[in-house]
Amino acid sequence: MADGERFDMSATKAKVVARDVSVFYGEKQALFDVDLEIGRNEVTALIGPSGCGKSTFLRCLNRMNDVIDGCRVVGSVKVDGTEILDDGIDAVQLRRRVGMVFQKPNPFPKSIYDNIAYGPRIHGLSRDKDDLDEMVQSSLEKAGLWGEVKERLQQPGTGLSGGQQQRLCIARAIAVRPDVILMDEPCSALDPIATAKIEELIDELRESFSIVIVTHSMQQAARVSQRTAFFHLGVLVEVGETERIFTNPVDERTQGYITGRFG
Amino acid sequence: MDEPVAPRGLQVTDAEAAHVRRRYRSERRFRLLGAGAIVMALTMLALLVTSIVSTGWSAFYQHSLKLEVYFDPAVIDPDGKRDPDTLRSANYTSLARAALKAEFPEVEGRRDIRALNGLLSNGVDIQLLKMVQADPEIIGQRLPVELIASDDVDSFLKGFIDRDEQESNRRVKDNEIAWLDALEAKDAVVAKFDALFWTSGDSREPELAGFWGAMVGSFLTLLVTLGLSFPIGILAAVYLEEFAPRNKFTDIIEVNINNLAAVPSIVFGLLGLAVFLNFFGLPRSAPLVGGMVLALMTLPTIIIASRAALKAVPPSIREAALGIGASKLQVVTHHVLPLAMPGVLTGTIIGMAQALGETAPLLMIGMVAFIVDVPGGITDPATVMPVQIYLWADSPERAFVARTSAGIMALLGFLVLMNALAVLLRKRFERRW
Repeated sequence: MADGERFDMSATKAKVVARDVSVFYGEKQALFDVDLEIGRNEVTALIGPSGCGKSTFLRCLNRMNDVIDGCRVVGSVKVDGTEILDDGIDAVQLRRRVGMVFQKPNPFPKSIYDNIAYGPRIHGLSRDKDDLDEMVQSSLEKAGLWGEVKERLQQPGTGLSGGQQQRLCIARAIAVRPDVILMDEPCSALDPIATAKIEELIDELRESFSIVIVTHSMQQAARVSQRTAFFHLGVLVEVGETERIFTNPVDERTQGYITGRFG
Repeated sequence: MDEPVAPRGLQVTDAEAAHVRRRYRSERRFRLLGAGAIVMALTMLALLVTSIVSTGWSAFYQHSLKLEVYFDPAVIDPDGKRDPDTLRSANYTSLARAALKAEFPEVEGRRDIRALNGLLSNGVDIQLLKMVQADPEIIGQRLPVELIASDDVDSFLKGFIDRDEQESNRRVKDNEIAWLDALEAKDAVVAKFDALFWTSGDSREPELAGFWGAMVGSFLTLLVTLGLSFPIGILAAVYLEEFAPRNKFTDIIEVNINNLAAVPSIVFGLLGLAVFLNFFGLPRSAPLVGGMVLALMTLPTIIIASRAALKAVPPSIREAALGIGASKLQVVTHHVLPLAMPGVLTGTIIGMAQALGETAPLLMIGMVAFIVDVPGGITDPATVMPVQIYLWADSPERAFVARTSAGIMALLGFLVLMNALAVLLRKRFERRW
């Protein structure tokens, strides 16, 4: 299991290390023995056809699968060397360290301010009101939304446009200062202009966070990620530098998918 | 309704045109049927309201006889000490009768005098007692007092008794009519808004019977029902929907809750009788027990409505909260429950409205007793509005018919009020996502 040399990345650079991860939904196995490292301050893209297990894998990393009835995860996932699949690990604390942005923008039906302030509040991260104000501002700034909403922080977050809502969700995720951000097809509900903004934002966030993004768009994977993992039928087929995967895939299934022969 | 015509230049075969015509015809038929159903429902409603209002409106006013009453110190307070006990036990009826006799000094003979006295309600003694208790200074004075007329006189004056009817078939005899005519000529007959209906409890005399006791009883009962079924219902719904594992056992619970909602309400009354009264020995006829029984009845309604409302909260909101590290309880209390609140409140108010109109289970626990006093707490004997209506509907006196309808109007008024409250609360709590 300590055989990290199998991969082209030194163990110290890896933020998250997954080993032999299998996921079962009741009797059905959805993921088969996945070994994957997520690099520090890198964007890792997970690609593959629908139902290939990429979202399932993503949800292992912050144990969101826990809330699905009959879902069982086996194997090992370590974040900064700590095993997170242990029963002793508090999923609530883990999710503060590993944030998540979902496919459909899902702001709370509250004000923009409260959307961002909610995480710091429940985790007790701010000392006082000024502190909280500052956290809200810096999170919105990092998400590139501050300029657009600073005049209307008390208005409902659901009143923003789709792209703004998704950036609000990103700001909400980074407000609790996670180490890793998981993004589950964050642009699939957005138009190309909003998508471009989010992609730009992902590139900036890479400096402070490790990011894992699930995407259906191979162009998007190519644009934003440094490493790409290709999943097929619950198996991790191939992982490597994004450029290499798209120009010179080793496995013929990868080849077939990126050239559009199936998927 | 003009049938849309195909755009010019578009070739349509005869078969196609016939098909389209058939489609529009069936749509027209459907709309007509729907409109017909609504018209029918509205007609029934109008019929119901008209019949109730036309019988009940007369209960809202009441006839009195304005007579000069001498508050005779020899009768009220012979020793002049103004002792409250003496004042209470004095014979006020004789004062009222003396006032009436003064108007008709020519009436002689026991039978005629009894008929004359019958013009006045049995409640005039209380009326005079209250005046004396409010101000003992009036003892020894001569004052005009509007003494409540008896129910038969009131019915006659309201026109429900036909004076052309044969005397033997008439509740108000010829001599009584003559006296009333004489009083009317002196402007001594007054019709006024019947405040007694809204301020007093039940009575054997229709002209004295009020709805206030039943209203307070209903209020206290519903208070107990709400206090029990709202928190228990929400807790049960939240636990079943958000925390309980899905297995055979919870399936059985769910089926049972759905079945409980369909159990006839009288069964809950029998349960209350067996458990609350016979086993726990709680007081009979009390709003406390009534409220507990009705809470059992409304719980399934509230649980089912709350679970549906919780289920309708989009999972994306749960995921969003879980994703930034909210605990399960925080997800529920901060996000899911507030969003489900309009549905929960609607379910609760529907349940409460049901409880407000419920009679059968309360008969089982003794809330059908004849109770004159307005209840002061949840352990006092009381009755509720629908039971009061049932009791009045069962009484033989002619004037109770109007009382019954007036009670129904009051009950319907409260139902409308509660439904309005439901709409208001929904609007207030409704948030979009």
